[in-house]
Amino acid sequence: MLDKKRSDKNTLTMNFGPQHPAAHGVLRMVLELDGEIVERVDPHIGLLHRGTEKLMESRTYLQNLPYLDRLDYVAPMNQEHAWCIALETLCNIKISKRSSDIRVLFCEIGRVLNHLLNITTQGMDVGALTPIFWGFEEREKLMEFYERASGARLHAAYFRPGGVHQDLPPKLLEDIFEWAESFPEKLDDLEGLLTENRIFKQRNVDIGVVSKNEAIELGFSGVMLRGSGIPWDLRRSQPYETYSEYKFSIPIGKNGDCYDRYLLRIQEMRESVNIIEQAIKKLEFTIGDDVLVRGKFTPPKRDDMKNSMEALIHHFKLYTEGFRVPKGSIYSCVEAPKGEFGVFIMSDGTNQPYRVKLRAPGFVHLSAMERITRGHQLADVSAILGSLDIVFGEIDR
Amino acid sequence: MVDLSSFQNNLNDTLRDSVLSIKEEHGHIIFDILPSAILEVVTYLRSKKGFSFTTLIDITAIDFPAKEKRFQLIYHFLSMTENKRCKITTAISDREAVSSITAIFECANWFEREIFDLFGIKFSSHPDLRRILTDYGFEGHPLRKDFPTTGFLEVRYDEVEKRVIYEPTALTQGYRDFDFLSPWDNPDVYTDSGRSKKN
Repeated sequence: MLDKKRSDKNTLTMNFGPQHPAAHGVLRMVLELDGEIVERVDPHIGLLHRGTEKLMESRTYLQNLPYLDRLDYVAPMNQEHAWCIALETLCNIKISKRSSDIRVLFCEIGRVLNHLLNITTQGMDVGALTPIFWGFEEREKLMEFYERASGARLHAAYFRPGGVHQDLPPKLLEDIFEWAESFPEKLDDLEGLLTENRIFKQRNVDIGVVSKNEAIELGFSGVMLRGSGIPWDLRRSQPYETYSEYKFSIPIGKNGDCYDRYLLRIQEMRESVNIIEQAIKKLEFTIGDDVLVRGKFTPPKRDDMKNSMEALIHHFKLYTEGFRVPKGSIYSCVEAPKGEFGVFIMSDGTNQPYRVKLRAPGFVHLSAMERITRGHQLADVSAILGSLDIVFGEIDR
Repeated sequence: MVDLSSFQNNLNDTLRDSVLSIKEEHGHIIFDILPSAILEVVTYLRSKKGFSFTTLIDITAIDFPAKEKRFQLIYHFLSMTENKRCKITTAISDREAVSSITAIFECANWFEREIFDLFGIKFSSHPDLRRILTDYGFEGHPLRKDFPTTGFLEVRYDEVEKRVIYEPTALTQGYRDFDFLSPWDNPDVYTDSGRSKKN
C-alpha cells in the first residue's frame, strides 16, 4: 500500500480506497503525501461503471426510465424528473397541475433523503457515530412514503413521461404532513449533536474552502456553489414544474468551507419541509384530477382496458414498441439535491434514443478534488470528500 | 440579451468564418462552429458582455458512423448573470484532434477525458489525457456505435488460479435487442443473416 519514492523530497504515495468506509462507495484515490500534507490527489473513478448510456441506446424511452433511479440512488426521483421533463419538452406535452405538485412533493422528499444521508455520513467521516442512526430512522420513514406511492423503497420509477404513475393512496398525504410537522424537531436534535460540536467544528470549519471565483471556474452547482456565496438555484432562476408558485428561501453560504456546506444542507432540509407542507395543501384542491396526460404517451386506464379493444392494443403497443419521440436534441436539467442534474437526449425519431448523456453533478465536484484538497492534511481528505456529497452511482454511470 | 442576428455581424473576421450557424432552440442558443475555432469562440462567449457564459456545464459527443465527419462534439454552457444557456456544436472526423479547453475551463478536464475514453476523440494540449471510466487496460471505445453493447471481454474470479481473469464474452443467450419498430416490413430481422448482423 505504501511506497516510498526515491527522491530528495520524501513524498509518500498512498492508496485511499477503493474499499474504504470514508470513500463513499468505490473510489480509489492515489494520494501523494509530504508528511501529513497532501501534495497531489488523483481520483480513479469508474469502478462502478455500468455503461448506462450505452444500454439506454438499445431500449425504449419508457424502459430507460428505471435506469435513472440507479444513478444517484440516494434521491432517485429527482433523476427521473430530469428524464421526464426532457421528454415532455421534446414532445411538447403539458402535465396536469396535480401531477406537477406531486412531483414537487416527492422531489423535496428526495432532497431531505439526500441531505440526511450526507450530513450524517459527513459526521461519521469525522468521528460522530450517533447522527447516522438518528438520520437513518428518518430516512426509513421517508422511504416508506416512497413505497406507499410507488411500491418501491428505492428504485421507484414513479415519475413517468406525462405525469406520475398513479395517484397517491388515501391517507398518505396526511401521514406525510404529520411527519413534516415532527421533522424540524428531529433536525434540532441532529443539530444539537453536530452544529456546535467542538470536534465537528474543528474538523470542518475553514477546511476545503472554495472561493466564489473558484466555484464558477470549477463548474460547481447546487450546495457546492451556494456554499461559496453564489445565489443560484434552478428552482428559482429557471423554474420548472410549479416551483414558481411556492414560497421558499434559498440559503447562501459565506465562507465556502465544509462547515458552511453542512449548515446549508440543514437549512435546505428545513426549506424542503416547508415546501412539502405547501405542496400537501395545494394537492387538496386537485383531488380526483388525472395524474397522467392521457394519450399515446401514457398507458390507458385499467377500466378502459377491460372494456375497449383499442385500449388493450394501445397498452400492448406502448409497453412493447413504446412511443416515438420527434427528431431533435434537448438538454434539460433539474436542481437535484447534489446540484444540477441534466439529461441530454438526441432523438432520431424512433422509439429509442440515439444518444443519451447524463450530466451528474458529483462528477464535476469530484473532478475538483485535487484543487480543493491540495495542501490539506491527510485527515481532511475524508472531511472534504464527505462535504462534496458524492454518490458513485451517478459519477460512474 | 444580445440580438442574435446582429451578433453574427459584429463578430470579427476570423470568428465570422468559423461560426457556421446560430439558432435558438428549447431555450438554448446553439452555435455550430468549425472545430479549429473552438478556443476562440469559447473565450469570446465567456468574456463578451451580454453573454458571459462562464460556467461549463457539460461536454459530450455523438457518433454518426455513416457521416464523413463522424463525431459531433457538444459543449453546454451556462451564464448565471444573463440566466441563459448555450450549446456549441462542432463536427470532426475520425482522425482529427480538437483543442482542449482545459486552459480556459478547468472542469473540462474530466469531461474531455471521458470523451477520449468512450469515443476515442483526442484533445490536443490536454494536461492528462487518460482513460477515466473504463477498466485499467481496457481496449476500444464503448460509446462508438460499432462497439457491441455486450463488449468483448468479461471477468470472473478463477478458483484455480486464485485471481481475476479476463475471457472473451460468452453469452448463454444472445443479447436481446428487439427491433419493435418494424417487425413486419423488415424481413431481415427473422432471417439468419439478419440475426448474425446484430451483436
